[in-house]
Amino acid sequence: MNIHISNGRLIDPANRIDAKQDIFIADGKIVGVGSAPDGFKAARTINASNLVVAPGLIDLAARLREPGFEYRATLESELDAAMAGGVTSLAIPPDTDPVLDEPGLVEMLCYRAKKLNRAHIYPVGALTIGLKGEQLSEMAELVEAGCVAFSQANTPILDTRVLGRAMQYAATFGFRIWLQPLDPYLARGGVAHDGEVASRLGLPGIPASAEIVALYTYLRLAKQTGARLHITRVSCGESLDLIEHARQDGVDVTCDVAAHHLHLCDMDIGYFNPHCHVVPPLRSQRDRIALSKGLADGRINAICSDHTPVDDDAKQAPFSESEPGTTGLELLLPLTLKWAAEHNLPLLDALSRITSEAAKIAGIAKGGHLSVGARADVCIFDPDTHQLIDRSMLRSQGKNTPFLGLELPGKVRYTLVEGTLMYEAH
Amino acid sequence: MRNPQLSKNGELQHLLTLDGLPRSIITQILDTAAPFTEMAEREVKKLPLLRGKSVFNLFFENSTRTRTTFEIAAKRLSADVINLNVSTSSTKKGETLLDTVDNLCAMQADMFVVRHESSGAPHLIAQHLQNTGREHIHVVNAGDGRHAHPTQGLLDMYTIRHYKKEFHNLTVAIVGDVLHSRVARSQIAALTTLGVPEVRVIGPRTLMPTEVEKMGVRYCATMEEGLKDVDVVMMLRLQNERMNGALLPSPQEFFKVWGLTAEKLALAKPDAIVMHPGPMNRGVEIDSAVADGNQAVILPQVTFGIAVRMAVMSMLGSH
Repeated sequence: MNIHISNGRLIDPANRIDAKQDIFIADGKIVGVGSAPDGFKAARTINASNLVVAPGLIDLAARLREPGFEYRATLESELDAAMAGGVTSLAIPPDTDPVLDEPGLVEMLCYRAKKLNRAHIYPVGALTIGLKGEQLSEMAELVEAGCVAFSQANTPILDTRVLGRAMQYAATFGFRIWLQPLDPYLARGGVAHDGEVASRLGLPGIPASAEIVALYTYLRLAKQTGARLHITRVSCGESLDLIEHARQDGVDVTCDVAAHHLHLCDMDIGYFNPHCHVVPPLRSQRDRIALSKGLADGRINAICSDHTPVDDDAKQAPFSESEPGTTGLELLLPLTLKWAAEHNLPLLDALSRITSEAAKIAGIAKGGHLSVGARADVCIFDPDTHQLIDRSMLRSQGKNTPFLGLELPGKVRYTLVEGTLMYEAH
Repeated sequence: MRNPQLSKNGELQHLLTLDGLPRSIITQILDTAAPFTEMAEREVKKLPLLRGKSVFNLFFENSTRTRTTFEIAAKRLSADVINLNVSTSSTKKGETLLDTVDNLCAMQADMFVVRHESSGAPHLIAQHLQNTGREHIHVVNAGDGRHAHPTQGLLDMYTIRHYKKEFHNLTVAIVGDVLHSRVARSQIAALTTLGVPEVRVIGPRTLMPTEVEKMGVRYCATMEEGLKDVDVVMMLRLQNERMNGALLPSPQEFFKVWGLTAEKLALAKPDAIVMHPGPMNRGVEIDSAVADGNQAVILPQVTFGIAVRMAVMSMLGSH
């Protein structure tokens, strides 16, 4: 269907466009920006006046809970949430059950998602079999099956020799390795940032050193092996200095931050709020500010939602026993806009963190921008409307978020995937 | 965020922690406990304050002393007491904490006395009761994880007030495993709220919480430094599983450096009192000569514990 999006404020970070321009879509692709191609006849016109027209958002970490945890969420429920959140491409961490370490499994997941015909999914394969940190996965075959990178999700490799070998092997092909830095010994048993709040509440702590020590190791091994490294969900301010130092040292390293880490710190745990039980933990206020600044000045490349739907029963438990994670697909845009407003950052720069920059990290060439010829994945939103985050507005099966009851900026009005209107707000 | 243990009019609704509890309420509890201490010496030890009420002792973690003192306290107030040792029953069968609570509510509970191995469990129960419109059921924290043991903290304050009268001129030392101790956290919260000008914690850094100074205490590595001229020495229990490993090399070394002996106690003021929440490890954290000596007030602590628990339960039961 030919679609004409008219009167909108087009913001396309990849092409540095922020202007009132129409776009024209045919055959699932962008065929015109600013002016229609010859003979273009729109079957539908979307009036986007007072709305922002942006590339469909890219989320670098979204757990859809399939396979293995369908009682928590399904591809259907979570891809619906993605559509409502304007997210058209999602990178899926490998910690499903079974783990994404088998080409057949990855193919099946891609096939299921394709059949549902909603967002594009980009599986991140397991770096080691079963995420056990012992045997390398069949990386070449996994890439053929659809994996865009390799990670250990939240299960760090204990054996640094295996980690070094995994980096060497991935470097052979130029595959990117995504790691969340955590020293499992220093973090053992911890559930909250090891600081004043955890001390007062009597919660076992995860010291900042658990991230720093691991990050040091990863960066050093990346330097030695030439591996392309992406650090996911940095939580400590100090990590940014290390990463910057490694970059100057020639290490090919990017990093992202989870959206909730831009707005919350350990003080928000309050009286044991289990919605604030996340991995990595909410750090100190000082860390939060450093991350927020680091994202603004470009040391952090992108934002992810770290979407982890958890059912109520698993959250309704004492803090340490509650399952960690927060639902995030539908909050990625609002939390990004809120962060940008705090720094008076132009929308163009803000959106780049969840479109063009994220596309580079995940190696998505056809998405994350709205050039002529690109895939017509579009997110059209109202940047000025605030909406109340409550259980009923969340499409995700997971209602677990510390932002319940708050008003956040930005309301997605239309989401298009490959030129098809997949979501329209009422 | 409203303090979850106070009602809308600022009265005690639940007793979950002493951290953030207003000084006026702590003092009110201590004042209420005073007549109950005298009552314990009378022939008839019962009062009808909680007649017809059901108190459920909900212990997810083993305890004899605390459970017994709560039971005695409730019975002296004429309540019906039901003891549930949950660690050996439903949770083993997979029932969640809140399912257990819902079931007991259906049995017309008026008060839960909760002990749990996870920090925050009593908060969770109190919040659940709030969310389900059952605010009239009260929760008393009888010890949760490393977080709080408020009635222990209160009985310690009662003991200190009994022997020292005032708080504003005292120096108090807390010795031992502060990191894993819910007792220490409640003591620190109460002492700082009641205006004790100097609270010291003494022990190896491995047994101190991160940023312990932010709790309002002064850290001292050695007994020599920490016990000098103190009015009150509060010993903590060192649990067996902490004694060998990466936290401490051995119980012998611990005793040598931080065990309370008559010699070390001599550094304190001559009229200093020695307290311990029990059960004691003689020869690990405290020498028998001190534990049984005339400065020890360890057994009066137990007696006062009943009066303080009666005070808490009667205050909760009265509204």
